[in-house]
Amino acid sequence: MAIVELTGVTKTYQQGKVSVQALRGVDLRVEKGSFLALAGPSGSGKTTLLNLIGGLDRPSQGDIRVDEHDFARMNQSELAELRLFKIGFVFQSYNLIPVLSALENVEFVMLLQRIGAAERRQRAEAVLAEVGLSGLLERRPLELSGGQQQRVAVARAIVSGPAIVLADEPTANLDSKTGQGLLEMMKTLNAQKGVTFIFSTHDNMVMDYARRLVLIRDGRVAEDQVKGS
Amino acid sequence: MSMDAKMAWRNVWRNPRRTSLTIAAITFATGLLIFSFSFQFGSYDAMINAAIQVHTGHLQIQAKGYLEDKDMRQVVEHPEAVARILKNTSDVKDYACRANAFSLIASEDRTYGGLVIGIDPIREPRVSRIKTLIRKGAYLDKAHGAQAVVGQLLARNLKVGLGDELTLLGQGRDGSIAATVVTVKGLYATGQDEFDRSTIQIPLSFFQDTYAMRGAVHEVVILGRHLDQVNQIRHRLTPKLAQIENPKPLVALTWSEIMPGLIQAIKLDLTSGFIMYSLLVIVVAFSILNTFLMAVLERTREFGVMMAIGIRPNRLTKLLLYESTVLTLMGLGVGWILGVGVTYFFQQHGIDLAGSSEILAQYGISGRLYPRLSWASMTVGPALVLIITILAALYPALRVRRLSIVDSLAYA
Repeated sequence: MAIVELTGVTKTYQQGKVSVQALRGVDLRVEKGSFLALAGPSGSGKTTLLNLIGGLDRPSQGDIRVDEHDFARMNQSELAELRLFKIGFVFQSYNLIPVLSALENVEFVMLLQRIGAAERRQRAEAVLAEVGLSGLLERRPLELSGGQQQRVAVARAIVSGPAIVLADEPTANLDSKTGQGLLEMMKTLNAQKGVTFIFSTHDNMVMDYARRLVLIRDGRVAEDQVKGS
Repeated sequence: MSMDAKMAWRNVWRNPRRTSLTIAAITFATGLLIFSFSFQFGSYDAMINAAIQVHTGHLQIQAKGYLEDKDMRQVVEHPEAVARILKNTSDVKDYACRANAFSLIASEDRTYGGLVIGIDPIREPRVSRIKTLIRKGAYLDKAHGAQAVVGQLLARNLKVGLGDELTLLGQGRDGSIAATVVTVKGLYATGQDEFDRSTIQIPLSFFQDTYAMRGAVHEVVILGRHLDQVNQIRHRLTPKLAQIENPKPLVALTWSEIMPGLIQAIKLDLTSGFIMYSLLVIVVAFSILNTFLMAVLERTREFGVMMAIGIRPNRLTKLLLYESTVLTLMGLGVGWILGVGVTYFFQQHGIDLAGSSEILAQYGISGRLYPRLSWASMTVGPALVLIITILAALYPALRVRRLSIVDSLAYA
């Protein structure tokens, strides 16, 4: 069953008087439970593609469906609702809210979902334990290492049980050992909870971990490789 | 504490120096406004009280039209009938009758035009402070008729002193020539130069004989228990006065109607003060605006992340308004306490304004001014600061709604 479907997606940016075509007609179908990496050189369009799948931006042309929701039919408010309940994000530079502790950062998503305080706390503690941060609940982001921050970001992304987690270069700011630990953790979550992960990356280690590798070049899918097949 | 409140509090203190400066600006503006308004209201009180206690009283009963025309013939024909009414009117503390005549006042050397006021030496001190403002000599007494107390500046112009004689020449109520000679018994200085330069007071009964008043007077001056009760007293008196027979109907006029110039001067001062205070508040508003624009700019990526994970723009605006409210309330709270504290100190001890004594003297105010704390002075300034700062914070709080998520996430 497809959780993400893109058909004939193009995206053109206007930079001053110059039009930049970031995507030139992308067709992509991602099955539920995938562990997929969008790879390609800088400027190939992989982050743009990830933004479109996440409903952060709208395509110039083409259709996008996520968990059977047709983005073309949704307004900004509905897209915000979809992101809140169905999509988790992990960013390259962690992007935690600096004034909140690790626990509060994870709770914040559930607060927006109007989940009660007791349940919020219990679920946040559980998911932070899952990513190995039980002892660091009250630490603020600046008191955590890069790897720990990214684990909090993953916990925040998965705490509300999203249909997909979109991770933009999640290991780019981490050393290889920390990056590997993070990928192992995400792979476990994928395997145990069936969470769909889509990465954008040019890190070979991420590509190695991915079960499906989609190479983007010049705004098009250049290669789509399912490992082990 | 809710998560929103917690975030607001922590965000406010992300940049302690900027926050402290902004709070200091709000504190300063709030404190200054409380003090300034109290100072202004205090000075207006002093001006009004000086005028009331020297010549107008809280109210005056006159024949209709006398205030405008000052015609000798527009009299209160039966002052005893008015007195009976006043004795039975609640909140009337005291009253006294007066009669006025513009006359030539001549000494041996000089002649000036001025206002001769006939006063009841017994009752007048109950409605006027002039008896206490006698600088030389003594006040009038009932036993002697041909005597006068004279404004100090007029006495200086006429070159007369205690015991000298003055000739009064005017027109009687019946159109006849009124002429008499009085002896200077005392000199008064009210601090209101215009008054001290142009008036003398003589006993009312002597005035009535000299000016052929036939027992009539021009004004019945009333002192109420409190300035705020003036309109109530007038309301009570008006139907009763209508029952008194008089050549022209009797009316009760308030001090503000008798001295419209004073009210205009107060309004003008208040308006110019308001313009100055508005400028001060606008400067503070720009400080707030700067703080929040900087905060929004610095946290653009953070807002992008929050929008990406699904926060609605309304919630984001609410969060920012929370922050501005926290900041504003801290400044307002500290400013209010400081403003009220400092003002209360000066309300008790007064402010020495010796340098401005000549200007103040025109309004009958001594060289020391006492600010007056009131609900208005304690709330108008802070409310103004609150409204302006919230308006200033609204712009960046609304601006954040227009952020593009993708651009915000890419913001370095």
